[in-house]
Amino acid sequence: MTAVHENPSRVLTPQEQEWVDKFMDETTLFLGPDPEIMRDHGIAPRSDHEELAIAAGVDRLEVERIRKRIAGALDEGYEMCEAQGAAPGAKWGDLTTAIYTGSGDVSYLSCHGVIAFSAILHHPIRYIMKYWKDEPTVGINPGDGFIHNDARFGNVHNTDQSMIMPVMRDGQIIAWVAATIHEGENGACEPGGMPSGSETPFDDGLRMSPFKIVEGGELRRDLLTFLQHSVRDPKLQLADLKVKITAVRKIMERVDAVIDEVGVDTFVAALRTTVEDVEVEVRRRISELPDGTYRFDQFMDSTLKENILIKFACKITVKGDEMIVDLRGTGPEILNRAINSPLCSVKSMFMQAILAFWWPDLPRCTSAMSCIEIISDEGTWADASYDAPMGQSLQASFRGFSAFQALYSRMSFSTPHKYSNVVANWFNQINTFLWGGVTQHGDMVGNLCADLNGMPGGAKPFRDGEDAVSPLFCAMADTAEQEVMEEEVPFMQLVSKRLVRDNMGFGKFNGGMGYEMIVAAEGTPQWGFMTVTSGAKFSSIYGMYGGYGCGTYPLAMVKGTNVYEHIRRDPSKFDLSIEKVMNERPFEDGRYSTYHMGLQFDIAKDGELYMISQGAGGGYGDPLERLAESVVRDAELGRITQKVAEEIFGVRYDPTNFRLDAEGTEAARQAAREARLRRGKPFAEFCEEFVTPEPPESLHYYGSWGSETEDITATVFTIDGPERVSAPLAELPIVMIPDRREVRIAELEARVLELEATHGIEVKRLA
Amino acid sequence: MRVPMTEYLVIDLDSERWVCRVCAHDLGSAHDNYKPGTLVYDRDPREIHQSIIDPERYEYTFSPDPTYCRILEYYCPGCGTQIEVEYLPPGHPPTVDLLIDVPALRAQWEERGVDAEEVHNYGPGDDAQQQTAALKAIGHVR
Repeated sequence: MTAVHENPSRVLTPQEQEWVDKFMDETTLFLGPDPEIMRDHGIAPRSDHEELAIAAGVDRLEVERIRKRIAGALDEGYEMCEAQGAAPGAKWGDLTTAIYTGSGDVSYLSCHGVIAFSAILHHPIRYIMKYWKDEPTVGINPGDGFIHNDARFGNVHNTDQSMIMPVMRDGQIIAWVAATIHEGENGACEPGGMPSGSETPFDDGLRMSPFKIVEGGELRRDLLTFLQHSVRDPKLQLADLKVKITAVRKIMERVDAVIDEVGVDTFVAALRTTVEDVEVEVRRRISELPDGTYRFDQFMDSTLKENILIKFACKITVKGDEMIVDLRGTGPEILNRAINSPLCSVKSMFMQAILAFWWPDLPRCTSAMSCIEIISDEGTWADASYDAPMGQSLQASFRGFSAFQALYSRMSFSTPHKYSNVVANWFNQINTFLWGGVTQHGDMVGNLCADLNGMPGGAKPFRDGEDAVSPLFCAMADTAEQEVMEEEVPFMQLVSKRLVRDNMGFGKFNGGMGYEMIVAAEGTPQWGFMTVTSGAKFSSIYGMYGGYGCGTYPLAMVKGTNVYEHIRRDPSKFDLSIEKVMNERPFEDGRYSTYHMGLQFDIAKDGELYMISQGAGGGYGDPLERLAESVVRDAELGRITQKVAEEIFGVRYDPTNFRLDAEGTEAARQAAREARLRRGKPFAEFCEEFVTPEPPESLHYYGSWGSETEDITATVFTIDGPERVSAPLAELPIVMIPDRREVRIAELEARVLELEATHGIEVKRLA
Repeated sequence: MRVPMTEYLVIDLDSERWVCRVCAHDLGSAHDNYKPGTLVYDRDPREIHQSIIDPERYEYTFSPDPTYCRILEYYCPGCGTQIEVEYLPPGHPPTVDLLIDVPALRAQWEERGVDAEEVHNYGPGDDAQQQTAALKAIGHVR
């Protein structure tokens, strides 16, 4: 017999609620990422101190003077990190320094470096303030410094490590100063900190929630040792911690001088006023855009282990001074693949687009995006849950950048006052080699080549995009000197920065071109390479207004042979390009293969070739409108082939002397336009033929199919194999993809059985 | 007044129609997306992004896979200008990329009190101004 006790619910009294809250506070088993903090990209309400300081009156000229001095201090700190940092990322400028209000809002960021951090570093500070400030075992005191890297607590991605220090007066926190560097190596399942192979969050490496590693000015050696023990490159871990601490202290020295001069209240008011002014200005700028809805959806072709198609949906609605970004329709998170990103990281790349390509004149602070509403359901690959691996979260977050970049050119096209140029999409993949192993000096290392910074730029309406100019996330990042790196690591770039023909987004103005890289290791007991990008089957960026996007990019390899030996025997073989090597196969004993760009850490024997190419920027406008002289010049320089000149651009010339055939071109272009009118179908008729109710059966597709549905389509893997489902995100089963090697083995076993049956071979197998 | 909305599209506020910026062809109601007024072609992406390594021997060749990716080319039915290009999975519904609130657009320009085409520009910077002016002089930029 079961006794039934009626327990009618009732509202707790304030006293009871206080007891419950106290009990919960004291007995919380794990203080993980706080959704209240992590879902919020708004600025904090004015603190009492800020309210009083601003009420006392704000002298705008004084604020501007303070801001300039802070900017100088931050730039000085930035340069210290760049000059002294041990991480390759630091040397190339992949870092930032910033000052924050007492509540953690970024008030100003260094003029160089990665702008995306202005949307992200308020999260860990809010966490520190909420959980550690009054925690008796932690606390916040002058001289303390906090570190974190895990993007679940607010970061661009897990390779970035911060050093966050409070500015205190009379026991009160009045500001924060931080330096954050892309450190690379972080003890993940693969070297370099951005594992394409992570299948659980625990493969992603260091999981540093914000914690105090500097106490009263002293670096905690016990915690440092733990961190060094957890990564492949303990010297790097120590060196850059010291660099960041030194840089932050230098900035704080300058800040202290400003505070001593102007007083605490004026300083506090200046930080807060900057944040508030930017929010007001952002609303004004939104109101300049035409009201309407603008959509830009993207498709990614890889989990970095196998080819799929997954959607990144983005619709922006503008109404008056309000902007709403809606990411619904984006594909679900894949719970055993590295491509997922927390929403905060995607937002950080929204901010990168806003402050680098929308309104680059604004102070770089949290409020540049705080008034923009973002709608997203947790559980997508662009808004991943706590349990999803995120080793290569840039796959989702960089598409957030591309969406914002493309959409702003559409939203702002008509506006009479622009703050930046109309531009087609920048390339958005980190096509570079990550590497790791034992160097010629006997050190264990793991990191990456600077070629990720060689992303080509998008075309503008009045000029071609720049070749291999800079990464989308850091305008002043450097592609570095490969020869310098070769003194430290046991591989050479046998080909470095050689442009690949026809590799541009074609248009009236072409997107910038990318270059190829060919690497081979030698003289190391253990070495390996990996690549971590997508876009080998589906172009990763698209063009603008009739211009085309980039092509697709393979990883090409020659294994089983030592090309150094070949070249030593016959130096004439040192004439390499991906095209030449793969098509002519000059190394007779080599095994030639291509692969998508998600190569998990692959052991490289001496002299085995790994070959990749940087991508291309998006083209702008109809290629038939490109100046014919520009097309011939491109052909003469070897940037494009005659086939492309004729077929894409409709240009005719004499290939022996590159003399333009003006009449032939005019006729060819007229014919090309007429051919378009003949083959183009009226939109409704076209849709009737082209549009299908669901994706092709052979595609493993993830995301909404079209934008008129709330359902997400996904291929899930059941006991009976792959099965397509379509349901609202919340009702979808967990998506996990089977091990590709097991899939391959199953295919081969089936083939063996088929062949045995065909040839009447009887084989006895034990189960 | 005609408001340039993309490189090849204006909205005529008087007629409330999408109009081709090149040939003034009518592309439909400005209250809807412009695509229904266009001609569309489903392009095999390998024709645009041509293979650099031998497609007979390799799976990944610098060319998109046509079973993953199609390129939809949108043409003006009047002049054949390629006004937009869209990369989509085969069979995926074309995106409704622009839906403009026409009354709000009109109000915005009435308040500005200037002609949208006359003041149109591609953004700040001496290089942008100089290059745009030079290209306008030879009729290469609208």
